[in-house]
Amino acid sequence: MAERQHSWFVPALSLVLTLALSLVPLPHAVSSFRPDWVAVVLLYWSLSAPRRFSLLTAFWMGIVLDTLSGSLLGQHALALLVIVYIAERLHLRIRVFPMSQLGLVVLALLGLYEFILFWIDGVAGRTVPVSERWGPPLAGTLVWLALLAVFAGGRREAHARL
Amino acid sequence: MAAPARTTTGPVRGGFSMGARFLLLSIACFALMILDHRDQHVERVREALSVVVYPLRVLVDLPFRGWDSIRTNFATREALVAENEQLKRDRLNAEFRLQRLAALETENARLRELLDSQARVGSRALIAEILAVDLDPYRQRFNLNRGLVDGVYVGQALIDAQGVVGQTVKVGPFTSEAVLITDADHAVPVSVNRNGLRTIAVGTGDSGLLRLPYLTNNADVEKGDLLVSSGLGGVFPAGYPVGRITEIRLRPDQSFAEIMAEPASALDRDREVLLVWNAAEDAPHANEPASSRGDAPHASEPTGSRGAEAPSLAKAK
Repeated sequence: MAERQHSWFVPALSLVLTLALSLVPLPHAVSSFRPDWVAVVLLYWSLSAPRRFSLLTAFWMGIVLDTLSGSLLGQHALALLVIVYIAERLHLRIRVFPMSQLGLVVLALLGLYEFILFWIDGVAGRTVPVSERWGPPLAGTLVWLALLAVFAGGRREAHARL
Repeated sequence: MAAPARTTTGPVRGGFSMGARFLLLSIACFALMILDHRDQHVERVREALSVVVYPLRVLVDLPFRGWDSIRTNFATREALVAENEQLKRDRLNAEFRLQRLAALETENARLRELLDSQARVGSRALIAEILAVDLDPYRQRFNLNRGLVDGVYVGQALIDAQGVVGQTVKVGPFTSEAVLITDADHAVPVSVNRNGLRTIAVGTGDSGLLRLPYLTNNADVEKGDLLVSSGLGGVFPAGYPVGRITEIRLRPDQSFAEIMAEPASALDRDREVLLVWNAAEDAPHANEPASSRGDAPHASEPTGSRGAEAPSLAKAK
C-alpha cells in the first residue's frame, strides 16, 4: 500500500507542474509553439498508466486551465475529457504500437484537442488566428515522445503490472 | 477491455461505467460553457476558482520577480548613480510640466464653465503590476495583481506612461484579467489629434499593430498622425494617446482605406500599468473601504506629453 501511495505522489506533482508550465511566459517567437502541457502529460499518464487518473481529474484540470486562461468555463475541460477518454478506451490497442505510430496517435489526439478548443472559440464568436494552431500539437507530440524516452523504464513497469 | 484494466485501479470509484462518467462530465462541460457564454451566472464560480489558483499564479511569477530583485541588488554603483541622475532629471521635467498643467487645468475649467459644458472630472488612479503569467497565446490578455478588494471593476481603463493599454474584462477578489487594445476582439474609439476626426481602432492580435477599418479613402489622415482616445465609449478617458498611424494603403476599388497604426504604449514590455477610475464610475466606488483610499484623487486631464502623469501619480500613491 505504501508503494501505491508513493506512485500517486509523482503523477499528482506532475500535474501541478504542468499547470505551472502552461503559465510560464515564453518569448514571442516560440509562444505559438507552446505545447499544451496539461494535455500532453494527461495523455502520457493515461496511455502508460491507464486508470491512474479518472476522467474527473481531466475535468478538474480543464476547469483550472479555463480559469487560468480566461476561456469559457468548460472549454478546456471538454477537450481534455474527450482525448483522455479516447486514450483510456484505446490504450490496450495503442500501447503495442512502435514509437513512430504512437507519435502519430498522440499527434492526432492533440490535434483533436486543439480542434475542440478552436471549434468552441468559433461557436462562441471569439476571433482566433487559425494559422498558429498547428504549433502546439506538433510541439506537444515531441514533448510526449521525449517523456516516453526519458521515463521508458517506468512505463514498462506499468505495462508489466497490467 | 475494461475488465483487465479495472484490476489495476487503486481507489474505489462510483458505480458508473467509464462511458457514463464521460457522458455526464461532458454534459456538465456543455452546461457550464452555455451558462458562461449566455450570461454571467457562473461569475461567482469563476471568482472562487481564481482564488484557488492564485497561489499557482504567484508561484509562477516568483522566479521572475526574484530575477528582477537579484538584478537590482547586483547592479553596479555607477549604473545606480546614472539611473538616479536620469530619474531626477525626468522628475524635474515632469514637475515642470505639472506646474504648467495646474494652470492649464484651472483655465480649462473656467473655459468649460463659460461654455456651460460638463466638466471632465479628474479621475482616481491606482498602480497595478502585471503578473508574469502567460494566458492563451492567441489572445492579448494578461493578469493584474489588483482585484475586487482594490475596487477594480469590469471595463476599467488601463494606461501606462505612454498611453492607453487596455481594459479589465474579468475581476476576481485579488487578481483581475485585462485585455489589450491590440486583442483581436477589442476596439477603442479614437480621434485623430491633428483634426479631431473620429474613428475606431481595432486590435489585430499582434501586440504592435492596430487597424482603422472605418476610414474612407478620402479621409484626412496622414502617416505619423497621433491617435488619442475620444472618450466616446465611456470606458477610456478622453485624450490619452492610443497610437500613431504607420501605414495608409488606399484601395481605389473599395470605399474604405486600409490604415494601420502602432500602439503608443509599450504593450508587450510593460510591467506596471495604471488603473484609471472614470468620473462616472467613481461615485459608486467612493465608499469602497480598500487600500485604494491612499491614492489621492488626481486630475488626469490630457497633456499629450509622454510620461508627464506617471511620476506624479506614483508620488500620490
